[in-house]
Amino acid sequence: MSQTGTIGDKLFRSVLLIAAASILVIVAAILYMMVQNSLPTIERFGVGFLTGREWKPAQEEFGALPFIYGTLASSIIALVLSIPISLGVAIYMVEQAPKKLARPIAFLIELLAAIPSVVYGLWGIFVLAPFIRDYLGVFLQDYFGWLPFFQGRLTGIGMLTGGIILALMITPIITSVVRDVLEAVPTTQREAALALGATEWETTRIVLGNAASGIAGAVVLGLGRAIGETMAITMVIGNSAQISISLFEPANTIASLLASNFAEATDKIYMSALIEIGLVLFLVTFVVNALAKLLILKVASGTNSAKHA
Amino acid sequence: MSENNLQNHSRRKIISRIMTLLTAACTFFAIGILLLIISYIAVRGVSSLSLQFLIDTPKPVGEGGGIGNAILGSAIMTALAALIGLPLGIGAGIYLAEFGNGWFGKITRFVADTLIGVPSIIIGIFVYTLVVLPMGRQSGLAGGIALALIMIPIVARTTEEMIRLVPNSMREGALALGAPQWRVTMNIVLPAASTGIATGAMLAIARITGETAPLLFTALNSRFYNGYLDQPMASLTVQIFNYATGPFEVEHAMAWAATLILVGLILLINITVRFLTRKKF
Repeated sequence: MSQTGTIGDKLFRSVLLIAAASILVIVAAILYMMVQNSLPTIERFGVGFLTGREWKPAQEEFGALPFIYGTLASSIIALVLSIPISLGVAIYMVEQAPKKLARPIAFLIELLAAIPSVVYGLWGIFVLAPFIRDYLGVFLQDYFGWLPFFQGRLTGIGMLTGGIILALMITPIITSVVRDVLEAVPTTQREAALALGATEWETTRIVLGNAASGIAGAVVLGLGRAIGETMAITMVIGNSAQISISLFEPANTIASLLASNFAEATDKIYMSALIEIGLVLFLVTFVVNALAKLLILKVASGTNSAKHA
Repeated sequence: MSENNLQNHSRRKIISRIMTLLTAACTFFAIGILLLIISYIAVRGVSSLSLQFLIDTPKPVGEGGGIGNAILGSAIMTALAALIGLPLGIGAGIYLAEFGNGWFGKITRFVADTLIGVPSIIIGIFVYTLVVLPMGRQSGLAGGIALALIMIPIVARTTEEMIRLVPNSMREGALALGAPQWRVTMNIVLPAASTGIATGAMLAIARITGETAPLLFTALNSRFYNGYLDQPMASLTVQIFNYATGPFEVEHAMAWAATLILVGLILLINITVRFLTRKKF
């Protein structure tokens, strides 16, 4: 190869390397800046920050537990509602729908993911919240009112509304990953099951079994999105730092707390507390996403080796 | 015995049929929600949309007002984000596709995927500490940088995937003719993958146009037309958030109208991309 070629190649490769390295630099810088800016509260409160139940910025009392609880509870509601629907849509698209329908359906589901968070929030405030206040909530209280989850005053704004909005938002994400995972299962498995006399649904169950770790990955990915979702939830959850068993009560999540309070945090210790809770959110979503990625990769590598065998 | 078998067989068939119906029901439920959201936006948005609304700046409640400055702010910050994010993202994507099979590539790919899932509000806080605190105030520049950081990993991964679709025989052919690696990538591989890379870039732009959380405390908001990057800047999404959470009915109407513009734009980009890729492949 000519001399100019190798110099050009080295230069070319270095420039691209800088671009690729920028991704690692961003993550490292996020971690560094957030730790640096939350040192005041990390040093002052230690682990008590995560277990305290009182959040009173004016008295410099910072307990993050209500927000951690709200984040987990709303995400769990979202997953419970979203998993069956997402699986149903993905199974229908890959296993059952006529080929001509599968692509348009996939496109429409992708559009659901393209709608911005703030728009879900707007829809949540003016359509979903009144619906829950006037119909769904009344129904739940009439028939299941003896459960502690469904007691309390119906305002339409609260944990349940937040969970439902989150469920709508993570459904297209879980669906599209499950779809990819199901498509990666070799057709021969379906043919073998059908040849042995299995019905369509029995065949699908075998396919689901083989795709299990990828489906788990999709669910974990959905969990990661639900945990970090910000605008929609801050608009419908009521932003109240309380831990209540009732799903109709207002609550708050970490992301929602940050969205609604960060701009007003002027004094140093308050700012530090908010950045520390942001750091917790960053670390949790980073780990959850990494886990999801590993689970999905496992399926991909499994089918590759099956293909080569 | 055979009758028993037959019964069992039809029972299995019925279960199979029921499950098909259930999965179809899930699908139509999800699509129904999409149509419900879009039709709500269309109906409520159209009723308060006017040319004046698209040009005006926000005014005190009761005096009308519009989203002209918010549209301009969104355009400026999105353009700035694209200016920073596209070269870095595409460069990183090329690296991952062409040289990314070693440990460095693997780690970078993994971190990029994980960064995509990091909540955008975290990016907002990061840029606040990095840009807003040293500058002493919120600015369009900070907003643009925050959006760029969200773009980079997304563009990197779509670019990589598109470049990997280019057949190796094209690279080998060019290399066999004596072309250096950088020539092969720039003149053979990139043109072949250009449509895919462009659609990925457009989808990333659509995504950041709809972002609100990273702008809340980086760009903040502004009531005026403002082209200066060192000043707080309005955006369509933050304006929608403010109108939607405001106490007055007229504000809510304006939130729906602004949403119609935003969602219309995002759907337009998505449908165009769909159309382009369909023709190509």
